[in-house]
Amino acid sequence: MTEASPGVRERPLSPHLQIWRWHVTMLGSILHRACLMALYVGALILVGWALALASGPDAYATYTGLLGSLLGKLVLIGLTFALFFQISSVVRHALWDTGRAFTPKVADTITIASIVFAVVATAVVWILAGVTGGLS
Amino acid sequence: MSGKTVGYRTPLGRARGLGAAKHGVGHFISERVSGLALIPLSLWAAFAGIKLAGRDFDLVSAWIAQPLNAVLLGLLIVVGFYHLRLVTQVIIEDYVYTFVAKSSLLILNLVVCVLGAALGVFAILKVALTGAF
Repeated sequence: MTEASPGVRERPLSPHLQIWRWHVTMLGSILHRACLMALYVGALILVGWALALASGPDAYATYTGLLGSLLGKLVLIGLTFALFFQISSVVRHALWDTGRAFTPKVADTITIASIVFAVVATAVVWILAGVTGGLS
Repeated sequence: MSGKTVGYRTPLGRARGLGAAKHGVGHFISERVSGLALIPLSLWAAFAGIKLAGRDFDLVSAWIAQPLNAVLLGLLIVVGFYHLRLVTQVIIEDYVYTFVAKSSLLILNLVVCVLGAALGVFAILKVALTGAF
């Protein structure tokens, strides 16, 4: 603190995690940030995929083999959830940016809805991928 | 955001819309607009992922060689890294206070995102325009 703002007195810290009761909006906020960090890695995985494709059939087969392994699939399922939760969070925040939906009841409801949407959309995508034979 | 409750601000200050920090509005708007742009791109990418999962090299190369696919994938990567740079900058600024650590992370974030976008676009163009190898 002092290094960033020399000459300024130490200021009281705001109440932190252990002070607050858990709210679903708080969970939504933390989950949103965690998903963004996951998607940072996901974007690099996507670039790696494009580079593997540009490097020829052998590199592509090796890379997709890694993605198709059990660990790779778990990572991709997590990234699918992160992607859909990011989508529903952008919509949720766009709504809040217009000054609406701030009463606790509505704010909680749309946060729960955005989590439910992400779970359902993730399940739909992976079931579709399984049905179309992409997972074999 | 509505401006109704900020009667103490001067008309000029309100018109400039910069707030106390004199910057940040542009960052905020860029973050929100790129986030909205990523919604259709991400949904398209999810369907593309379903379509391409488990398919072989030749089919995937031919898929990328189609102009619409190459352009949309390129846009997804460019807009995606642009958005990620903006949101990650905010997260770094929220949690890292010391000057050296904060500056280093902000520069690293910028370098990784620009490099990621450049490599991704180059790889897509290479496959789309010249075929792989």
